[in-house]
Amino acid sequence: MAESGNPTPQAAGEANYLRFREDIPADEPAVSLDAFFEQPNAVSVRIEAGDDPERLIPHLARVRLVEVDFPKFRDGRGFSTARILREAGYTGEIKATGDVLVDLVYFMRRCGFDSFAPDVAIDRDVLEGALNRYPYVYQHAADDAVPIWQLRHPELANG
Amino acid sequence: MYKYDHYDQAMVDARVADFRDQTRRRIAGLMTDDQFKPLRLKNGLYLQLHAYMLRVAIPYGTLNSRQMRKLAHIARTYDRGYGHFTTRQNIQYNWIKLEQAPDILAELATVEMHAIQTSGESIRNVSADHYAGAAADEVIDPRPWAEMLRQMTTFMPEFSYLPRKFKICVIASDEDRAAMRWHDFGLRIVRNGAGEIGFEVYPGGGMGRTPFIAYKARDFLPANQIFSYLQAVLRVWNRHARRDNIHKQRMKILVHELGEEEFTRQVEETFQHVLTLGSDFPQAEYDRIAAYFEPPAFETGLSEEIDRSDPDFAVWVDQQVAEHKAPGYAIANVSLKPVGGIAGDISAEQMEVVADLAERYSFDELRASHAQNLVLPHVRKQDLYAVWQALVDAGLANANLDLVTDIIACPGLDYCSLANARSIPVAQRIAERFEDEARQKDIGELKIKISGCINACGHHHAGHIGILGVDRKGTENYQLLLGGSGDENTTQAKITGPGFDEAGIVDAVERAVEHYRVIREPGERFLDTYRRVGMDGFKEAIYG
Amino acid sequence: MKIITGNDLKTGAVIWWDGRGWSIHVEDAADVGDGGEQILAVEDAACRVNGGYVIDAERGADGKVRPAHIKDRIRALGPTVRPDLTLKPADPDAGSWVI
Repeated sequence: MAESGNPTPQAAGEANYLRFREDIPADEPAVSLDAFFEQPNAVSVRIEAGDDPERLIPHLARVRLVEVDFPKFRDGRGFSTARILREAGYTGEIKATGDVLVDLVYFMRRCGFDSFAPDVAIDRDVLEGALNRYPYVYQHAADDAVPIWQLRHPELANG
Repeated sequence: MYKYDHYDQAMVDARVADFRDQTRRRIAGLMTDDQFKPLRLKNGLYLQLHAYMLRVAIPYGTLNSRQMRKLAHIARTYDRGYGHFTTRQNIQYNWIKLEQAPDILAELATVEMHAIQTSGESIRNVSADHYAGAAADEVIDPRPWAEMLRQMTTFMPEFSYLPRKFKICVIASDEDRAAMRWHDFGLRIVRNGAGEIGFEVYPGGGMGRTPFIAYKARDFLPANQIFSYLQAVLRVWNRHARRDNIHKQRMKILVHELGEEEFTRQVEETFQHVLTLGSDFPQAEYDRIAAYFEPPAFETGLSEEIDRSDPDFAVWVDQQVAEHKAPGYAIANVSLKPVGGIAGDISAEQMEVVADLAERYSFDELRASHAQNLVLPHVRKQDLYAVWQALVDAGLANANLDLVTDIIACPGLDYCSLANARSIPVAQRIAERFEDEARQKDIGELKIKISGCINACGHHHAGHIGILGVDRKGTENYQLLLGGSGDENTTQAKITGPGFDEAGIVDAVERAVEHYRVIREPGERFLDTYRRVGMDGFKEAIYG
Repeated sequence: MKIITGNDLKTGAVIWWDGRGWSIHVEDAADVGDGGEQILAVEDAACRVNGGYVIDAERGADGKVRPAHIKDRIRALGPTVRPDLTLKPADPDAGSWVI
């Protein structure tokens, strides 16, 4: 599975910033969705839990970073937000912020998140275990994991 | 029935390891209960009144003897010698210790069982007709699709934290034996004019404090598009449901607030997009799963005769045995509703008996119904007597299917931390009042359903007679409802008037039943009479 | 009086704060006055209780602690429909104490 890219130095074993991309992060602070439309030079945008990610689709070409906020870990709207962006062809960075718990990261990765800025630091050992726990997946998502049904029927794999 | 391949087994084993680690961290204080609770709910573990409660999944209500014996072993080893079959075809254990829960899940995994997504804001156990594969009126056996849906919805990453629970049901006949339209996502398998298999799709049903019956969104959805369609439904709901009020987050509320037309429009728009992602499972995978549900090797040339010379056996046959599609076979219903007993409860010893009967007489297959009873689906008519004798010895031979003493009752305040009132004693008192067999037969089909709180796990909204327990100024009080149904003419029960105490509700039920007997026309069940005459006469009879 | 109850984290057993620790017997419950939430905060953080809360109770005519709400009395004893599974299977008056 992927490893963290350029971790910010901090207390051993814990991380409050994780990145699974090799490119250079956009260093501009993310602006709100409304502000993004008013600022044609903005490349980093923040989507709150209640925002509509489809508003961003016509502008994806200039986006380098989308921050998707999870105000409470139980609010799962951000998972759909990330998938919608990936399905629209967005290949830039999608960062999960807020109440991001270690047990969520695996599923967020499958939905297209490639960086994480949790409010509370995540234990790296626990994360390592969680990311490597499930050997297979049952269904397609935004990642390139091959679903079990396709492993069962390799003759159906796309070329 | 379905058998795991190494992929399925690996996923269940991984889940056990996942939960074991999460439990370790919780017990070590590395996680608060607020953080741990959704994780343990995703593995069916509630904290209830007396201990933790574990809800084990019985996918579409189908299990074999090996699994039933494991359930009995768990009851003996980790619980207090019994289990409880639920209104969603699952089984619950009431006396579980958190520190043993990972071991229990590990044991379940050895017989291809789990507790994945049986609670919390998850996509729950896919339910199906408990007569599937045996009933003559089904278009096809719905269970291959139920199994596909189970796999499709296991660990769906986009729906890791849904607004609320989500319940799916699949049937394949005009008659609805599974309360399909009371689900968030109901499916009826049909054939179109060209003979192709597809689904009537019914989203937006659900009980709880604001009941809704699902509406029909599609007359015919091609079967091989069901996963795309389901993803579309889930995505629309996941994105647009309210997240501020736990009582307004079920999908039925969103359907009601948007209106059926707008909800359908949003789903169809999203569906067209999701179709382009190519995530539907291929025909080859359906065929692989369906092969596990081929009919068993039914014998031919069997006798159709049932020797009725034992009068008690004849009574049981008349009430508990249903017609089977294969000549010489029968469907045998096993009552978990002894008068004065606890609806759906079964001891470990009884589980062993039922497991043996399934293995010996029913092609090693068992079903759990949403009415909290069990089914031996494929019994030779010539074996019914032996089956009955074994059931008699085990205390499982009550002949009351769909009669007034075949009551559905949630565990209620005796077990459940959500409850406002006890439901089991009410069920017991009613059953005792109507115990007389001749009286039960005379009353005929009467489905009483009792919930101990507005969460409606006892399905009181769907009861011909429904009873809802409430807390009225610190004491238990019971509301009486009439006219609900979970069959294909799905209706919601209506409240009759002011509530009653425990003694009062039993008397009120009796007055309603006697009123029915006075005014009924030949052939009318209680529900039919109520539908014909409405509430007024009943209300007068109940309140005087 | 105010007493504290909850469940044991590891076993799920119903427990009552007895002034120094946790007992499975409601008779041992101590009157905590206004200090319940503070005690709970400490005990919860130390994982000695799960899902704890403060409730009203009174001393019955027999001097024994009796939780004000039937739900907590059922928790104290066990399911009313399975006396054999309660803390007092041999006591014929246990059920009426609950109700």
